[in-house]
Amino acid sequence: MKHPVGYNADARLRWTEWLPWVLAIVVFFALPDYLSMGARVLTYILFALSLDLILGYAGIITLGHAAFFGLGAYVTGMLSVKLGVTDPFLQLLASAVAAGVLGLVTGAVIMRTHGLTQLMLTLAVAAVCLEIANKATHLTGGADGLAGVVVAPIFGMFKFDLYGKTAYWWCLVILFAGWWLVRRMIHSPFGASLTGIRENRLRMEAIGAPVYARLVLVYTISAVMAGVAGALLTQTNQVVGLNVLGFEPSGELMVMLILGGVGRLYGAFVGPRVFWVAQDYLAKQFPEYWFFGIGLLLVIVVLFARGGVLGICDGLLAKFRSMRGGGTA
Amino acid sequence: MSAVLQTVKLCKSFGALTVAADIDFTLEAGARHALIGPNGAGKTTFVNLLTGRLAPSSGSVALGGEDVTQLAQAQRVKRGLGRTFQINTLFGSMSVLDNVALGVAERRGTAGKWWRPANSYAEVRDEALELLASLGIADEAPRRVLDLPYGKQRLVEIAIALGLRPKVLLLDEPAAGVPKVESERILEALAQLPKDIAILIIEHDMDLVFRFAERITVLVQGEVLCHGAPDEIARDARVREVYLGESHD
Ligand SMILES: Nc1ncnc2c1ncn2[C@@H]1O[C@H](COP(=O)(O)OP(=O)(O)OP(=O)(O)O)[C@@H](O)[C@H]1O
Ligand SMILES: [Mg+2]
Repeated sequence: MKHPVGYNADARLRWTEWLPWVLAIVVFFALPDYLSMGARVLTYILFALSLDLILGYAGIITLGHAAFFGLGAYVTGMLSVKLGVTDPFLQLLASAVAAGVLGLVTGAVIMRTHGLTQLMLTLAVAAVCLEIANKATHLTGGADGLAGVVVAPIFGMFKFDLYGKTAYWWCLVILFAGWWLVRRMIHSPFGASLTGIRENRLRMEAIGAPVYARLVLVYTISAVMAGVAGALLTQTNQVVGLNVLGFEPSGELMVMLILGGVGRLYGAFVGPRVFWVAQDYLAKQFPEYWFFGIGLLLVIVVLFARGGVLGICDGLLAKFRSMRGGGTA
Repeated sequence: MSAVLQTVKLCKSFGALTVAADIDFTLEAGARHALIGPNGAGKTTFVNLLTGRLAPSSGSVALGGEDVTQLAQAQRVKRGLGRTFQINTLFGSMSVLDNVALGVAERRGTAGKWWRPANSYAEVRDEALELLASLGIADEAPRRVLDLPYGKQRLVEIAIALGLRPKVLLLDEPAAGVPKVESERILEALAQLPKDIAILIIEHDMDLVFRFAERITVLVQGEVLCHGAPDEIARDARVREVYLGESHD
């Protein structure tokens, strides 16, 4: 389940990698009442995947990734509500471009820094975006947000229905494309060099790698993905509000990824689900302290299960194998 | 004319502390040159100035006759400058093979490719494996580099630099912290390197220095005290004075 990459790793798909997709299709038929929520889960998986690419592989620490997610969400919202652009592809494209430009511009500055400075700068970008969305009420609706986002039928055929059937497929297809892209990248020499940067930036520079350029590039790609995820969220919810921006969703995303497992590709698929199940359970049991519960869960994972839920599965699997091996040998 | 690396009046200070004072230094083609000097003399700083990791306060660095003082590290690497680190500077969680392959891929210009899987670049992997084999650690290729014993990590440190096919190789205490038996292995590996690579080695072990180097430069408090052939250096009264009572590990 740990996803090996590098010059000696087999990059072919394993059967386990089809599981998330099979599961997603099963959910479609088995839980027709939950498809809107399912679509939201899929967008968050895409969002988490974009974070894993930079955090898990390139080692860029950010607490401001919601800046791109939120920008994507608002661009789609504003296009529809303010300009009457309802084509779903155009909305995605515009969100992707906007997030990409923001990623490139802020990345060009942020990737010159390391550690705490880097963290603070990412936070600052997210905070500024939140403040702009809050103040530019004529564009964003301020604290009220934008309601009544219209998305035209896909190819003029598939209407976004009340049950979220279309939204679900739409999100699933886009997520699949994003996953495919990320998977290709992390297995490629480019991906190996990102891991190299994460492991030792100093040595990467000493072997002549254009470290800064690669970091800006991957940060921009990740921003585009986050922007697309944001656009999907708006298309699914048909509203957009301030909750998609700022520190809180950025931090939540980080928690989701850590719970699922960082730098494992599939941690992004597990994390959001674990987070929401835990949140749901804790909110019912301890309505006032649920966030404390999430914090505690995070501490436990960080201290005792660095690989998140997938890491725990790995450990169990290894134990099981050695037990079986020990039994037969 | 046959100088592959040359510095002219190279200076560097950290605040009030001068760690390189007007260093004029020449490395000849194919040289086996040692840079020695007491702890804190400025040897590592000198290497960092050569590679471009640090910018000099003044003075210039020329590589193959071209002034590279303003060039970034990556561009100097492209022009054939490779280095190792005094303190292991490896890609910790990655395999030994990947540690070397990363550099090989950079040199071959495949490191930025993002579509085909890395393992489909057989030429990169094979070259990295060959390099590991030439240093006698091919068996360790799949292991996580930090799981290797320290002496072998030092060999990987050298292998990464060799993967760049450098014309000039700067070795910052390649045998530092390695037990005697294993430092012999490192010396052996170094002795087998192609003669057309010019090597500058920093080393505290005088026995090793005198066996390896054909020329020695002595650096003390950022200044070149003297340079010459090993026997000249061994006889030099000033060098003896500097080293008298000094303990070296
Ligand atoms: N980045 C820095 N900032 C301030 N001072 C530094 C810096 N790097 C090195 N120095 C100082 O410069 C001096 C020379 O250090 P350097 O590491 O070059 O010595 P060295 O000859 O390699 O010593 P050693 O034999 O211990 O490796 C030392 O006094 C060191 O403390
Ligand atoms: Mg040193």
